[in-house]
Amino acid sequence: MEYTDNDMSDNLLLDVKDLHASIEGKEILKGINLQVRPGEVHAIMGPNGSGKSTLSEVLAGDPAFTVTGGEVDFHGMDLLSLSPEDRSHEGLFLSFQYPVEIPGVSMVNFMRAALNAKRKYFGEDPMSAGDFLKLMRQKRAIVELDNKLASRSVNEGFSGGEKKRNEIFQMAVLEPRLSILDETDSGLDIDALRIVAGGVNKLRSDDNSTIVITHYQRLLDYIKPDFVHILYNGRIVMTGGPELALELEERGYDWIKEAN
Amino acid sequence: MDKELDKENLDEKPDTSQNKAEHPDDIIHEVTGSEYKYGFTSDIDTDIIPVGLSEDVIRLISAKKEEPEWLLEFRLKAYRKWLTMKMPTWAHLDIPPIDYQAISYFAAPKKKDGPKSMDDVDPELIKTFDKLGIPLEERAALTGMAVDAVMDSVSVKTTHREKLAELGIIFCSFSEAVRDYPDLVKKYLGTVVPPTDNYFAALNSAVFSDGSFVYIPKGVRCPMELSTYFRINAAGTGQFERTLIVADDDSYVSYLEGCTAPMRDENQLHAAIVEIIIEHRAEVKYSTVQNWWAGDKEGKGGIYNFVTKRGLCRGDHSKLSWTQVETGSAITWKYPSTILKGESSVSEFYSVAVTNNYQQADTGTKMIHLGKNSRSTIVSKGISAGHSQNSYRGLVKVAPKATGCRNYTQCDSLLLSSICGAHTFPYIDVLNDSSVVEHEATTSKISEDQIFYCNQRGISTEDAVALIVNGYAKEVMNKLPMEFAVEAQKLLAVTLEGSVG
Repeated sequence: MEYTDNDMSDNLLLDVKDLHASIEGKEILKGINLQVRPGEVHAIMGPNGSGKSTLSEVLAGDPAFTVTGGEVDFHGMDLLSLSPEDRSHEGLFLSFQYPVEIPGVSMVNFMRAALNAKRKYFGEDPMSAGDFLKLMRQKRAIVELDNKLASRSVNEGFSGGEKKRNEIFQMAVLEPRLSILDETDSGLDIDALRIVAGGVNKLRSDDNSTIVITHYQRLLDYIKPDFVHILYNGRIVMTGGPELALELEERGYDWIKEAN
Repeated sequence: MDKELDKENLDEKPDTSQNKAEHPDDIIHEVTGSEYKYGFTSDIDTDIIPVGLSEDVIRLISAKKEEPEWLLEFRLKAYRKWLTMKMPTWAHLDIPPIDYQAISYFAAPKKKDGPKSMDDVDPELIKTFDKLGIPLEERAALTGMAVDAVMDSVSVKTTHREKLAELGIIFCSFSEAVRDYPDLVKKYLGTVVPPTDNYFAALNSAVFSDGSFVYIPKGVRCPMELSTYFRINAAGTGQFERTLIVADDDSYVSYLEGCTAPMRDENQLHAAIVEIIIEHRAEVKYSTVQNWWAGDKEGKGGIYNFVTKRGLCRGDHSKLSWTQVETGSAITWKYPSTILKGESSVSEFYSVAVTNNYQQADTGTKMIHLGKNSRSTIVSKGISAGHSQNSYRGLVKVAPKATGCRNYTQCDSLLLSSICGAHTFPYIDVLNDSSVVEHEATTSKISEDQIFYCNQRGISTEDAVALIVNGYAKEVMNKLPMEFAVEAQKLLAVTLEGSVG
């Protein structure tokens, strides 16, 4: 399976070209190239410290990182020139590895603020309270999120599994075109993993795409990738199909490190 | 009444929580760098007496207001005591020296043959209220709220008076109360805050200009929120308001006080007194939204707000609720307090204090339990941004004979920058075995991670800060009357809003 195809470049959702980024003067991303078409699922794997989380945070616009080179096209827009909130409005969603707690702000108020900010961006009126609550109910069901959790403060006192379910719930509400799941499987027991992965699969369509960042094959048993990339030392050093993840599971990363 | 307890004077003790970090947070700094929105001066002819303070000046003030002899004596006694007192230094505040001889102690808008209706009111004055979003007559008519508007020192207009009079409720300016109800004023004035209580109370007692007087007769439930808008508006004029509220047996009243002030270069002194007396089974709710000019971003100018507010729950089962949202003033020194004298009396203190730029606030409450089975609740929420210093100072005292008392104190601090300070000075003094006092405190900070999380979900930094701050302050906001709660929410957002775009 050949994943770069210049003849289809007009159909790319995300096109990352030679992306470099650093934090506090230290270069983490050293020339990333990645192309994602609508409907595709890409898995990014790699040893600790290779730059997987940095890639997701740079794409989402975390001001902690400085982009030092390269371009990112997101359905025809210059992604790097957009503010983090506009990237969100344009359909980029990041499921955080460590979702933060925001005491005093209920999930309901938080999601209403998020949804209405997006509607405002597209020139629409705020959603009525009735429609909003109905939407919340529908989307909660996708990840079997308890009503009680939805009325609590954002992530406050949530267990690890609840936090990850809550991320997928937010993804369901915001209906992104590109979802980046940053180690969504870490800290999940097998039941929570099944629910979270099930939620992601329910949200898949021919139009939206997913980048799954993970250490383990087990998440890929549930979310079947079209492509698997190995990120090592700030670069994608190998790309293949689902079989590459199985090979990694068997052989570990040492052979990658040795080859690079 | 125990004299010791009357002092606005608490011994200095070390901080229980102090938070100062090293690095400024740029994003939050931008958000919190907003300008004062109500900075303007209206151009009204003002009748100002020359600067300076002396017995002659006090006699002049009293004469201008055509006061009875006993009130002049009250003022002079306070003044003589004040001369012997020193400005308190125990607060966690850095107060520049104040030249009391450089202040004019009386300013009244000049009457142009006395306004008989709204049409006769100085158009400049109405414009001022309009700018503040307080169209007096509309607001009064729309909300059914009675407004006693205090501009500088003399009450300009009072509405709904007749309707209240039918119920026997008195709501008028302090000067009118002295003229029309001298016996009531004489009976209660200075009984909760003695003229010699503290430095600023003595100063106020000597030179107070005007204010409000409320009397709710036995068994009457005041049918509307009573509201007074204070506004400091004459250059170099200290403002010395005096409020006296008396709730007789089985009565109820909700009183609202709200303030904004025009931008000004020199510092202005404000030393008000609020006294509240609550008899058997009566209840008073006292709500404040304070937004006086806080000075500019460099800490230049701004109001000094040195206020003594105290209520006496004199009757059994009486109740006093304080709710305050404090966003303004360069320096705040304010401890709305309750003396719970009646058996089973109840008091609450709900406070949000916001400081930004170089603002300093030392504020809190005192709950003095003298009556058996009396109960108090304190919920204090401090929000510090910029270079500001925000302190909570509270005293819970339970007298030996006041058995079975309860207090619950919750004291939270929210930091929006790494260069601001949040401090807590709780004093607890329980002198019997059957009373229970609880104290909880938390400190939190709006982190860049929280802001980025919100940004990633499409919420702008400005909206994120407003969302977090309003969520944090919700418990107090919910205690405000509806009209005020909406205003106060906006005020919080405006105070912390900046140039992020």
